[in-house]
Amino acid sequence: MADVAIVGIGIHPFGRHEGVSGRQQGVVAARAALADAGIGWREVEFAFGGSDAAGNADAMVTDLGLTGLPFINVTNGCATGGSTLTLADRTIRSGAHDIGLAVGFDKHPAGAFNPDPELYSLDPWYGETGLMLTTQFFAMKIQRYMHDYGISASTLAKVAAKAYRNGSLNRNAWRRQPLTEEEILASPMISHPLTKYMFCSPAEGAVALVLCRADRAGEYSDTPVYLRSAVLRSRGFGSFEVFAPSLALERGGAPTVAAAGAAFEAAGIGPDEVDVIQIQDTESGAEVMHLAECGFCEHGEQEKLVRDGATEIGGARPVNTDGGCLANGEPIGASGLRQVYETVLQLRRQAGERQVPGNPSVGFTHVYGAPGVSACTVLSR
Amino acid sequence: MTATPGRRVPVAEGIFTWPSADPRLIGSRCSTCDTTTFPKQRSCPCCAAFDVEEVVLPNEGTLWSWTVQTFRPKPPYQGPEPFVPYGVGYVELPGAVMVEARLTEADPDRLHIGDAMRLVLLPFRTDSQGRDVVTFAFERM
Repeated sequence: MADVAIVGIGIHPFGRHEGVSGRQQGVVAARAALADAGIGWREVEFAFGGSDAAGNADAMVTDLGLTGLPFINVTNGCATGGSTLTLADRTIRSGAHDIGLAVGFDKHPAGAFNPDPELYSLDPWYGETGLMLTTQFFAMKIQRYMHDYGISASTLAKVAAKAYRNGSLNRNAWRRQPLTEEEILASPMISHPLTKYMFCSPAEGAVALVLCRADRAGEYSDTPVYLRSAVLRSRGFGSFEVFAPSLALERGGAPTVAAAGAAFEAAGIGPDEVDVIQIQDTESGAEVMHLAECGFCEHGEQEKLVRDGATEIGGARPVNTDGGCLANGEPIGASGLRQVYETVLQLRRQAGERQVPGNPSVGFTHVYGAPGVSACTVLSR
Repeated sequence: MTATPGRRVPVAEGIFTWPSADPRLIGSRCSTCDTTTFPKQRSCPCCAAFDVEEVVLPNEGTLWSWTVQTFRPKPPYQGPEPFVPYGVGYVELPGAVMVEARLTEADPDRLHIGDAMRLVLLPFRTDSQGRDVVTFAFERM
């Protein structure tokens, strides 16, 4: 099987862009990725693209050119970006094509997501009575986790403060104003124990990646980054996931644990070898919990890791170096690809002010979405 | 309109016993592996068997986790104006399943993991015919 390299990356800044459609943002990102790889659209043999709320990605061919390539639309909740990448990876590994594009974009209105219960095989009463909110799920998951593993509210605030601090170093981030731990704790309580500034918000933005067979990477890039594995898993029985009217009495089957474990196994690389980490931080607690679920620490160890600065850009385990979802917001289709974009920048040593020091050579990404989908990648130079 | 004040209807059929002096949630249990779900399903999410039976669930349990909904959700939420914050939690019903529900308590200082909880039915909103729409919730015992 062919290995896979990322040879072009492009982004449209995240945030709010009045008058610019999600798809237009996707076109900007796609053109930037093509330019980065030094190729034209005609050389792209296939594309996978996704958005949750901004229309069909394949309509981008109107702008990019009607070349007749196979372009497949992907939608998979908040893991749409990760899903797109997984499919592009398989397409190259299978030998079907040599070079292609993975692109994701979105444009969401302000405020919490409000999906239709029936799209999730749930009855209308679940939404009608006010139980179908992602914010509630994340709050209840971290509430229990704090109880079980001794994570403090101070740690939740520190995670958010780091995100905004890192975001302030990222010109493509949405929220670039650093906030103190005190300001974060004092902001309005949204869903106990999570305050306003501990949550990310639905947003806009786009990311595109050009991927090719690893043995051809030198044709397009002097600094290829290799996609060592890309794995997606849905929820197993017993997992505690978004939009669950009931849960089994025993916990198990977490999709993040499964996807991360399989990604490390497929890559032949372990969590201890990772130099830079991007994980889903829909809210502060998610970063804390996903760190352990992905295998980077034991449950409860995060309290000390965060206090000691291990997850800072200069720490032993830098996490969400671009500000994560907290500082970038969450345009669903683009979010998982943003994590890979940032990892490629870091491994190329092109991350500027937020460059992880030393010589980072291995990266990891994790995106999570409703109703319990996780996609992880392991990347290396 | 011929509104009938005081008339009550359940928010959905088949999720709790109605009418009932001793209300219970209605779930399903797998005859093969004993997995219980709420609401009831036609097959088992654990072993995928089809031989599931309808069961009424215990009406008392313990609070497994909780939060407070502080802002008015967007539609399809149908709650009344003005918005009043409400608690949400997972209640562990012993030997059966954990159920997500509204809580009658919305004060964070009065909610604790492990609290003993009991099922109640309560009016949630008024429908276009003036009837009280009743849903389920858990209250602290």
